[in-house]
Amino acid sequence: MQKKDLGLFVLILVVGAITAFLNPVFLSPVNLGNMANLVGLFGIFAIGIGVVIITGGIDLSVGSMFALIGVIFIDLMTNHGMAWQLVLPVAIGLGICFGVIHGVLVTRFNMQPFVVTLCGLLIYRGAARYYMNDATIGFGYAGGFETLEWLAAGRSFGVPHTFIAFVIVAIVMGIVLHRSVFGRYLFAVGKNEEAARYSGIPTNLVIAAAYVISGALAGLSAVFLAFYTFSIQPSAHGSFYELYGIAAAVLGGCSLRGGEGSIMGIALGTVLLQVLQNLVNLLGIPTSLNFAVMGTVILLGVLTDQQLQRRRARLLAVKAHQAKTARPQPAGA
Amino acid sequence: MSEPFLQLSGIGKTYPGVTALADVDLAVAPGEVVGLIGENGAGKSTLMKILGGVVAPDSGRIVIDGQTHDALTVPQSLAAGIAFVHQELNLFENLDVAANVFIGREPRSPFLKLIDQRRLHAAVRPLLERLKVDFTAETQVATLSIAQRQMVEIAKALSLDARLIIMDEPTSSLTVSETERLLGVIAELKAQGVAVIYITHRLNEVKACADRVVCLRDGVLAGKLAKAEIEHAAMIRLMIGRDLKALYTPPGRATSPGLEVSGLRTILFPDRAVDLEVRRGEILGLAGLIGSGRTELARALFGIDPPLAGSIRLDGKAITVNAPRQAIAQGIYLVPEDRKRSGLVLEFPVRVNVTLADVLGHARGWLISASRETTTAERQKQRLNIRAPSVETEVITLSGGNQQKVVLAKWLAMEPAVVIFDEPTRGIDVGAKSEIYAILRQLADAGVAILMISSDMEEVIGVSDRIAVMHEGRISGILSSRDSFTETNVLELAVNSPAQAAAQPAAA
Repeated sequence: MQKKDLGLFVLILVVGAITAFLNPVFLSPVNLGNMANLVGLFGIFAIGIGVVIITGGIDLSVGSMFALIGVIFIDLMTNHGMAWQLVLPVAIGLGICFGVIHGVLVTRFNMQPFVVTLCGLLIYRGAARYYMNDATIGFGYAGGFETLEWLAAGRSFGVPHTFIAFVIVAIVMGIVLHRSVFGRYLFAVGKNEEAARYSGIPTNLVIAAAYVISGALAGLSAVFLAFYTFSIQPSAHGSFYELYGIAAAVLGGCSLRGGEGSIMGIALGTVLLQVLQNLVNLLGIPTSLNFAVMGTVILLGVLTDQQLQRRRARLLAVKAHQAKTARPQPAGA
Repeated sequence: MSEPFLQLSGIGKTYPGVTALADVDLAVAPGEVVGLIGENGAGKSTLMKILGGVVAPDSGRIVIDGQTHDALTVPQSLAAGIAFVHQELNLFENLDVAANVFIGREPRSPFLKLIDQRRLHAAVRPLLERLKVDFTAETQVATLSIAQRQMVEIAKALSLDARLIIMDEPTSSLTVSETERLLGVIAELKAQGVAVIYITHRLNEVKACADRVVCLRDGVLAGKLAKAEIEHAAMIRLMIGRDLKALYTPPGRATSPGLEVSGLRTILFPDRAVDLEVRRGEILGLAGLIGSGRTELARALFGIDPPLAGSIRLDGKAITVNAPRQAIAQGIYLVPEDRKRSGLVLEFPVRVNVTLADVLGHARGWLISASRETTTAERQKQRLNIRAPSVETEVITLSGGNQQKVVLAKWLAMEPAVVIFDEPTRGIDVGAKSEIYAILRQLADAGVAILMISSDMEEVIGVSDRIAVMHEGRISGILSSRDSFTETNVLELAVNSPAQAAAQPAAA
């Protein structure tokens, strides 16, 4: 665990302790279970967005993807009676397709990630509403997918499956990001794309892959979210969720300039956001202040982090200067 | 010579744990050109910042026109007529020349206080005439070359009634002829009574323009030279405190065919073809003016901008390079001109930078083995004498010379066949320079073909086994024997007009 993540972890403990002190319900199994469920739901796609942010890009489209993939997913199962074993890959595949499109537009056509995924946000939302004619769709009394429902919304030993899925995704992506060759390429491309290219790294492929990963994880999340809400209103389902993902990533130490971030950080960022939401609910703070509380905490978090980094940079500069001036005279060449 | 108007005495500056300057004296008289030399980190910049009022000294006195100050503020420095022409030019590309010269001090119209364009341009015109430049006050800065932009900076200094212009590495991005122009302007400034402090690593220029030389070493005054004493060897001795061996080391092995390029066309000059051979075991210097297509040639050979036409052969076999990956796979490596932008990921540790081009070679399956990386990085650190506390040190904290060695280490850790160096020692101090030259020679002797692009005449002549000169997208000539290596010969080929070039074909 990096020092930055440790700070975040301590912050979560402090906020949690305060909330628990003021309202013991915070630590009740029901409340913790619900929180774990939400952490799972939001954490999976936050990791995807985090991967894109590490390349120096951004993914604004996931919230709308949840609506579009969600309505198609429910429609195929309930109205067309397709087997869930088939529909699940379709949902994740759709996410991958969208990711490929984003990746190609960003790398091949040199478009700005903000523009590409903003258009994605608009297009997928519009498509979802048109697909459903703005009507709400739900699972209703349809059957045949009880296993999937159990997998997506059930619990084992009291632990929500969403949370288990999140932990698995986090571990896999943690290894991919921090131990694999691809992860090294990803950080190098994010920090200095040109130097990466001059080192023979296939930069376009790496960047496009980040969008594909984000799309795939969004597809998976779309399924979890569909079972969580059980019915989907195309105009509202998942809206603003991309911002939760971005917020978790930024809170977790991802720099929007790219090249920085960790899976542990993104995971902790997601947890902190959910703890804060829970705090608002439990302490009787008006729910309308929800976003304001979140915004304030992110602002303060990033501000503190930057001040600490600036201090560190100053120390490094002094050390570098020392190294240069205190350097021993080179021995006769 | 007239009396000094500016005198620094006993100047000292300490940063936490570092003595940047200790007991430094410096006096400047009107119309005097002072060459300020010293290795990177010797304290030149700190001293100049004190003159500019940006940094306050901890000890010492600054006397201007008989008035004593403990420290200068920026306005005081401006009022004293001290102006800077920085290494990185600070101009607004989107504005015209006149607007840049008077930025922040625009003449205003009486009504509405708008900018009075007529008075503005009228004020700038005589300054440009004084400098005999080939652009007007209305020219957009975006269209100017680096040398022309420098003239704009100098005009700006003159508009402030500068008595002392401090030029920090003014020629590091200039071509030979532009450098000569600048030296001419300095002579004119001098004649008009303006003093110049000229900071550079290029000792030829100091010799050409300075009235005297002041050398700093590790924050103290290492010595001074009067006009008559300004000699290469003397300056180098002052800078590094020892004699530098002659640059040239003859090759240790016979050459054999390496990289052969024929009919290569690049984006910059699609109608000109390059034919060139770089043999294994030799260092081929590639000289030429900036914009003559040298960097484009390097980028084409390395697959950054794939060539439009032509063939490349390595050891007699035809190869294609459409991406750096392909070039790297064939053993063709590039040490780029701008190491901070293209050569290194500055925020990453030495270890990661050294293995960046060969991560797969340090992985088991798809997972990176940190211990293998450390082994490679440690070996290269020792081999190239990279001065860093450890291989986990972030590259950004290293000096320019050591950063460049990290770039070299990246390639030397693999199996080079051809290494292209684009300005290998730009901004690097003398000590590290000779180390890098030694590495070039070792590589060549190990059978690598070396193409060294350089604008530094001393370097081209001193290090190369053969010199190829480029002019407007083609090779205008090749100098094969060291007897023919003179500045005049290289320069003549570099400025060759196409008609003359046709009459004097490349002699291999």
